[in-house]
Amino acid sequence: MMVRHRRFAGWAVALLALALLVGACGREEGSGGGGGGGGGSDPGITDTEVKLGGSYPFSGPASAYRLIADGAKAQFEFVNAKGGVGGRKIKFETLDDAYEPPKAVQNARRLIEQEQVFALFNTLGTPNNLAIWDYTNQRKVPQLFVATGASAWGADIQAHPWTIGWQPNYVTEAKVYADFLEKEKPNAKVAALYQNDGFGKDLLGGFEAALKGTDIQLVAKESYEVTDPTITTQMRTLAGSGADTFINITTPKFSAQAIAAIAKSDWKPLHILNNVGASKTLVLTPVGLENAKGIISTQYYKDPEDPQWADDAAMTEYKENLKKYAPRADPNEPFHTFGWAVASTMVKALEGMKEPTRQSLMDSIRNLDTEIPLLLPGVKVQTSPEDGYPIEAMQIMEFNGKNWELQGDVVEAPAQ
Amino acid sequence: MSSSSRMKRFRLAGWAFVAVVAIVLPFFLGTYRVGQFTQALALAIAVLGLNLLVGYSGQISLGHGAFFALGAYVSAILIVDAGVPYLLTLPIALAVCAVAGFLLGLPALRLHGLYLALVTLGVAIAAPQIIKRAEGLTGGTQGLSVDRPAAPAWIGLADDQYLYFLTLVVTAVMFLLAAGLVRGRVGRALIAIRENEIAAKTMGVDLARYKTGAFAVSAAYAGLGGALFTLPIGFLAPESFPLALSFGFLAAIVVGGLATIGGALFGALFIEFVPVYAADVNTALAGVIYGGVLILFMYLLPGGVMGIRRQIAARRAASQEQDAPAEKQRTEQVKTAGQV
Repeated sequence: MMVRHRRFAGWAVALLALALLVGACGREEGSGGGGGGGGGSDPGITDTEVKLGGSYPFSGPASAYRLIADGAKAQFEFVNAKGGVGGRKIKFETLDDAYEPPKAVQNARRLIEQEQVFALFNTLGTPNNLAIWDYTNQRKVPQLFVATGASAWGADIQAHPWTIGWQPNYVTEAKVYADFLEKEKPNAKVAALYQNDGFGKDLLGGFEAALKGTDIQLVAKESYEVTDPTITTQMRTLAGSGADTFINITTPKFSAQAIAAIAKSDWKPLHILNNVGASKTLVLTPVGLENAKGIISTQYYKDPEDPQWADDAAMTEYKENLKKYAPRADPNEPFHTFGWAVASTMVKALEGMKEPTRQSLMDSIRNLDTEIPLLLPGVKVQTSPEDGYPIEAMQIMEFNGKNWELQGDVVEAPAQ
Repeated sequence: MSSSSRMKRFRLAGWAFVAVVAIVLPFFLGTYRVGQFTQALALAIAVLGLNLLVGYSGQISLGHGAFFALGAYVSAILIVDAGVPYLLTLPIALAVCAVAGFLLGLPALRLHGLYLALVTLGVAIAAPQIIKRAEGLTGGTQGLSVDRPAAPAWIGLADDQYLYFLTLVVTAVMFLLAAGLVRGRVGRALIAIRENEIAAKTMGVDLARYKTGAFAVSAAYAGLGGALFTLPIGFLAPESFPLALSFGFLAAIVVGGLATIGGALFGALFIEFVPVYAADVNTALAGVIYGGVLILFMYLLPGGVMGIRRQIAARRAASQEQDAPAEKQRTEQVKTAGQV
């Protein structure tokens, strides 16, 4: 027994000595390599390349959004083929997070620390971006044009100067719906279905706030988890609430389920479907286009299937080049259009960058005033050091049984 | 006898090698990789805990993901809401999980095999839902952000390296404690319960005490692992603890080697890294690749990583003592079966 103990102690001392030795050697290397920040140029950018990273749900319940990444990649390829931005080719690395925040955190760490990207671009999902934004801001890595309409991204620029959204935020969208109801159905009784996370609560909260002072009543609200298999019970409760208007605050899988549930029941409310779920190919076609007739939603970029854009220059350029750089992608799928449009905004931001640093990129992004030709006429991309919401205008659209049809004018509805 | 002492020296050299690799590792890897290894070590503690329960005492738990989550949330909530220093939260997480494990161990006194497995499965299924509903405490689906601990200035390590060594030290201590536990009377009693409860009882093993005790210790390990797992990520949400995690732990003890102490380390490395690389090979087929590797692994190494040594030892014993055949070999195997 004694011998064994002594031998063990011997090993322990030897290991400790080794640890200290290696520690002493490894320190300079460690402190030099990992630091980032400081010096002249930042990681992920050279004279010939700029590396961006994104985390998307390529698997799991929200995997429909993967198409956005395909659209964005095609736009970057298109720009690269023309010589890139200022001689720099854009490399866009994407990882799968299955729409799970913990995986998004892992991905952000991997992209920033391991892959050494210059900036995160268009990471998708409200809870996912909330999970990483403290981290990105601590490390001073830009987290750009996140694919979520949460109002949080522009609400407090001081606390999170490195994060910015892109699409109209959910509060803006909610205001547009309230505005529409006030004009069309001023005494509406509304039932709401919402996803129980940051996205759902943001839109619902914005809607409730916008209803104050009107005669529109919110008579019932039901929530579901993104991991739930169905929303049958919620829909039954809402149908029994006596509401004449239904606001559908859901992601595509559940949007489709809700439309199907209403088609099968004898509840026929005025159906408002949030923009997130208003995809014709992913949501309306599977449940039957005839069931979607009369649904109201909002839009801010050009619908590739809308006949009025058939000869539009931006639309033609997008369709031709998406086919070229993503042969398997369907140009009529609006998520591809979204990806293409947000990526072109990123290209504009890179063009406005004066030095190859993260700070300079942020300066460019905080002073954007541009038009992206794929957005609806009248919808601009504008920011200032005080205004953290790039797009704040939307237009109501109605599904006519075949296509979405734009109604009325573009409505400006700033969140603040 | 000389061959057994040679084996011992061989084994010691093996662990010394593992220790050297573990110490040198963080100086050669980037911060992200170091974080991954830190997580693998934390997983190893939980896997070891489950192995004490399943491998040694023969009781099945499909619910260790829930204890892992409990430990993680106890630690995170104490840090975020109560401002408790993170080091202090580790023993608290451990103690809370020990109590929870003891309570779950009570039904184990009456239930066996599949029935017990179902009870624990129920816990694992309920856990993420409970976390989501207890929003005020856990942050619900939004999750909880925890500041990642910074390395003390005097230590001269980067933050991620410091966390790695902290976890390494705790892991080493927990492994030594477990090794001591199973080598002595407790280990023999647990194995006796696993092999034949009635015989164990006749020999004076207090079944109730050992069974609930095994649950408590095992849950405490899982909880400590969970608490340490959260520190390098700095974020936790219900999705961090899916049902698949509990099954992952089971896979890990089998991959490492049932009823071994060291096996937990290899099992944890397996469940930390194989899914990540599987997703790198092909995002769409990640699950298929992971499953395939698992099947292949079990086919080639039915005794797990630690089984390799036993296979070698058995082969050597067989070639050395060809005149005293199967009988002797079997006793040799039984003798090593309960050891490290």
